[in-house]
Amino acid sequence: MEIVVQTIISSLSLGSFYALGALGIGLLFGVLRLINFAHGDFITVGGFSLIVPATAVVAVPLILDFHPVALIICVVGVVVVWALASYFMLFRHIQTAPPAVLMIASVALSFSIQNLIIMIYSGRPKAVGLWAELTGVIPLSDKVQVPILQLVIVAVTWILLILLTIFLRRTPIGVEMRAAAEDFRMARMLGVNATRVIALAFVISGALAGIMALMYHTQTGILNFRGGVFLMLYAFIATVIGGMGSLIGAVVGGYVVGIFSTVLIAVLPDGLRGFRDAFVFGLVVVILLARPQGLVPTRAFKERV
Amino acid sequence: MFDATTPLMRRVREFWPLVNLCVGLLIITAIVVALDDRILARTLSEGLIRVVIVVALYMFIGNSGIMSFGHIGFMMVGAYATGWQTCCPYTRDMFMPGLPEYLLSNSHHFVLAIFLAGLLSAFVAFVAGIALMRLSGIAASIGTFAFLMIIYSVYLRWSTWTSGASSVIGLPQTTTPWVAYCYAVVTILAAFFYSRSKFGLALRASRDDEVAAKASGVNVIGQRLLAFVISAFFCGVAGGLFGHFLGMLTVDTFFLNLTLITLAMLVIGGMQSLSGAVVGVVVMTVVIDLLKNLESGMFGDDGFTLPSSSTWVVVGVVMMLIIIFRRSGITRNAELYWPFKGDITAEGALKRQS
Repeated sequence: MEIVVQTIISSLSLGSFYALGALGIGLLFGVLRLINFAHGDFITVGGFSLIVPATAVVAVPLILDFHPVALIICVVGVVVVWALASYFMLFRHIQTAPPAVLMIASVALSFSIQNLIIMIYSGRPKAVGLWAELTGVIPLSDKVQVPILQLVIVAVTWILLILLTIFLRRTPIGVEMRAAAEDFRMARMLGVNATRVIALAFVISGALAGIMALMYHTQTGILNFRGGVFLMLYAFIATVIGGMGSLIGAVVGGYVVGIFSTVLIAVLPDGLRGFRDAFVFGLVVVILLARPQGLVPTRAFKERV
Repeated sequence: MFDATTPLMRRVREFWPLVNLCVGLLIITAIVVALDDRILARTLSEGLIRVVIVVALYMFIGNSGIMSFGHIGFMMVGAYATGWQTCCPYTRDMFMPGLPEYLLSNSHHFVLAIFLAGLLSAFVAFVAGIALMRLSGIAASIGTFAFLMIIYSVYLRWSTWTSGASSVIGLPQTTTPWVAYCYAVVTILAAFFYSRSKFGLALRASRDDEVAAKASGVNVIGQRLLAFVISAFFCGVAGGLFGHFLGMLTVDTFFLNLTLITLAMLVIGGMQSLSGAVVGVVVMTVVIDLLKNLESGMFGDDGFTLPSSSTWVVVGVVMMLIIIFRRSGITRNAELYWPFKGDITAEGALKRQS
């Protein structure tokens, strides 16, 4: 029983995490047909912005010492600036290109950011103590203990989801964004400002990445130039499984991946447990073949002719 | 530049890109070998192995128009398969205790081993391709990416056959510049004749207009599968060569970095021409080598050195710039016919029409 409760909570928090990542990727796919491989690197950039740029082994805090509110604003701000810069300097010039070209451009961007981080901060992992008070546990009963951070992650995710939903449903620009995700050409013909909508998508996606950066680095306590990559890969799977371009699908996909991978760890026999990633990616291929539109289909997955 | 007017000259001109590429690489190889510089020779061998990889990538990506992120997975398959046959006869059971009895007690000559490894890669590609080639466009790219991740995580954990996260050390370093040159030429020949064949033509038709190709009786899935298998064979071969170049195998060698670097070479050279693939490798190998030398401060002691990893930042940025400003790459997707007059490229033809 204890194990079941523990598994449920950790799969929910993992799922929330992937859902946030998947939202960041799914938003951009909706308006731009871009699979943003650099999303994970935005998360890494957010983490590294906490410390002074230097190759020294011991990290010197920069933003890390700020008041928590200022800290959140600064980290999110840094990531949003990166996301916007990547739009205006790279993706804006190729936004009519086929999706495969956009994808490979984002892979190049991701590769450049990673190496830029090695160049500035060196490739060694660095320790950061971010919000150590969140790493404790709350005992629910004698045997069940819940890490505070997992609860925080679930709560933050749901607050963000609700805010995002209100934004997309109730504000004019949110409606424009949904229209653009549904049918970009039609939306433009009806007077939606393409640059503004896409730039806003990058801002939101960057903000989500910034918040993920905070939660992720609180959990690990280690800055690594490749920190965000595997996170991004799982989030990316979540978008594919949920249905490319569907925002509800991204959230559903995030939870499916979170639960699937936690359950796999619990049920796989010892010899096969190491192959979990292979199973998860195998699931992607199966979904692509059997249900290419994903669990929650939209029109977005169809390629523009 | 002159026109090919007689039928014989036209025939010669058809095959001229092949001559240009092979002789060009021959001259480079001969000069470097004559210089007798050990470090330069290693750079050259590595570059020639990359020619094999990128030309193999061109066979699939260039002709089918599907961006594949999975081919480095085939390299991994090929590299480890050669390792099983040639590596370290005395310590093989220590690194890879799970191998079958025959492989533990027998070693093959490296040429045979590389050939068999290529066949294994081709077989894996056939099985994976039956599923993946049904997909089109971006779904296919995602599928190949998932394939890379599956191969990576399987090889990382399958430690009785691959030594897992630690490395297999002691492959004979038989990949000299001339060996690598021979393999590069064979790959270029294969790519050239495949692209000219009716299969290559059918696949390019499906690249340019899938619906029209289907309507004209092209079996799109079958053609893609064929290209996938052939290019996986050569990727497997490249993996074997690379293993015999490094002398050791690690799983991380064949992962995202190598994927990005080889794709960058293909994109920078020009994705849809064989010459583009080769030119991309040559140009980028020179650029990477120069920058690496600057990083390690080889040119003079006046203190001008680049910070580490800046080479790869430059590679990434160059790739982005090429994608923005010259998407058809350095060669503009045309073959090298020099000194004959070049083809009218698709772009040129469009300009003429309008």
